[in-house]
Amino acid sequence: MSASVLYDAPGPKARARNVVYTVFGSLLVLGILAVIVWRLDSQGQFNPKMWDIFNYSGIRQNILDGLLATLKVFALAGLFSLLFSVVLAVGRLSDHKPVSWLCTGFIEVFRSVPLLITIFALWIGILDNLWSDVFHLPGSISVNPMWALVLGLTIYNACVQAEVLRAGVNSVPKGQAEAAYALGMRKTQVMTTILLPQAIRAMLPSIISQLVVTLKDTSLGYIILFPELLQTARLISSNTTIDGDYPYVPTIIVIGAIYIALCLALSSLANWIERRGRRGKTGITPAKAEEPAEEATV
Amino acid sequence: MNVLLDHLDLFRDGFLGTLALTGASALISLVLGILIAGCRVSPVPPLRAFGTAWVTLLRNTPLTLLFLVAFFVVPQVLFPGINSFVLAICALGVYTSSFICEAIRSGIGTVALGQAEAARSIGMTFMQSLRIVVLPQATRAVLPPLSSLLIALTKNSAIAGGFNNVDLFNIQKTLSNDGFNILVIFFWITLAYLIITFAISGIFRLLERRLEVAR
Repeated sequence: MSASVLYDAPGPKARARNVVYTVFGSLLVLGILAVIVWRLDSQGQFNPKMWDIFNYSGIRQNILDGLLATLKVFALAGLFSLLFSVVLAVGRLSDHKPVSWLCTGFIEVFRSVPLLITIFALWIGILDNLWSDVFHLPGSISVNPMWALVLGLTIYNACVQAEVLRAGVNSVPKGQAEAAYALGMRKTQVMTTILLPQAIRAMLPSIISQLVVTLKDTSLGYIILFPELLQTARLISSNTTIDGDYPYVPTIIVIGAIYIALCLALSSLANWIERRGRRGKTGITPAKAEEPAEEATV
Repeated sequence: MNVLLDHLDLFRDGFLGTLALTGASALISLVLGILIAGCRVSPVPPLRAFGTAWVTLLRNTPLTLLFLVAFFVVPQVLFPGINSFVLAICALGVYTSSFICEAIRSGIGTVALGQAEAARSIGMTFMQSLRIVVLPQATRAVLPPLSSLLIALTKNSAIAGGFNNVDLFNIQKTLSNDGFNILVIFFWITLAYLIITFAISGIFRLLERRLEVAR
């Protein structure tokens, strides 16, 4: 432990005290864990029969299907949100005021609404209402739960990613754009060949961290009854009884472990890219591998 | 407009429900966050490891999963029949605490080492240097991320509406089940959330201006 603002390097007395704290601290942490395990065990949650359900091929298939559904939604939403975010970011940075206002308004509104509210509205059919009641167009749009989830995730995350990209573009030194204009490049060329590549490179850790959020938020499908991983966990637990008891605890532990493993893998990728970027000598400092902050500013 | 005026009591209940959920879970997450941040910067290795594990696990867990844990596992560990409001604020509070812990830790990190060294060398005790020198400076650095975390918490509280709590999401669900136009409902619900998030960022901007000093 290097020097800290909070305390000096420990002397012999402090070291002895720290050893005592260490013992008590470990006992406390272990004690809490032991109480949790003991309580769950006394409820029969560690009964081998409860865990035997994961040996059935049907349940394994269910978990696999749920995992694939989650990954599919994540892949679609991740891809669409990245594409859409470039459009929104470039629109917001545009010199044409109406385009810039439109994109700013869109970003600010959908960033401030809880994602769940958007997904639910899409699921209930807000698009169809817009289509036939507001624009009076023929036909109708029906949105199934999967596409409601994908669209909702796309809209919300595109707004957040657009702000990340905008911060990235603004962080590129001014001389870069000026040099490009001096060479005779057009605005589109400057944006696509000079600014965006550098912005994306600098912001990659933040972009991936927001993708972790996208992955985590696919679990909102649970609430609109889309059979992704979490909904699968609930279905498995409520459709199986072992001695008159539902195996909620084992399934939640197994499914939770899958989620945490997926998210950890993705966020350690973000951290690795951040560390790797800091070693580079390109002069581009990578953003922190943290979720972009949320602000209410319209 | 009619949907709002005819169901003003529903909207009021939902609005107050969201406020109560946000307020209560903000309190829990602040207390837990400060405790865990204390663990993470303490000189005691097992507490540091506990803090790191807490933050790493919770930051990589979907909030909906935590809600499932709160509603299906926690009653088994503690006692059955805890009401859904308490379970919801626990899930929200525990989830947000990991982010608040990180905000506080990086706030402490922004205080220059020389500040504490100077405080000690003019003879301040540990408590004095913490109270007079380190914490005031750390607070200023913590406020902006805290404001955005509370806004995120407000938005996350919508999930509680999917788990038997009365809040704005729950009202959206009820009204759309009653067959009202989702466009109109969506508009009013959005407005309600905007009011809350603006209030939070306004309060924090006020606080920041109050605590501002020339450096």
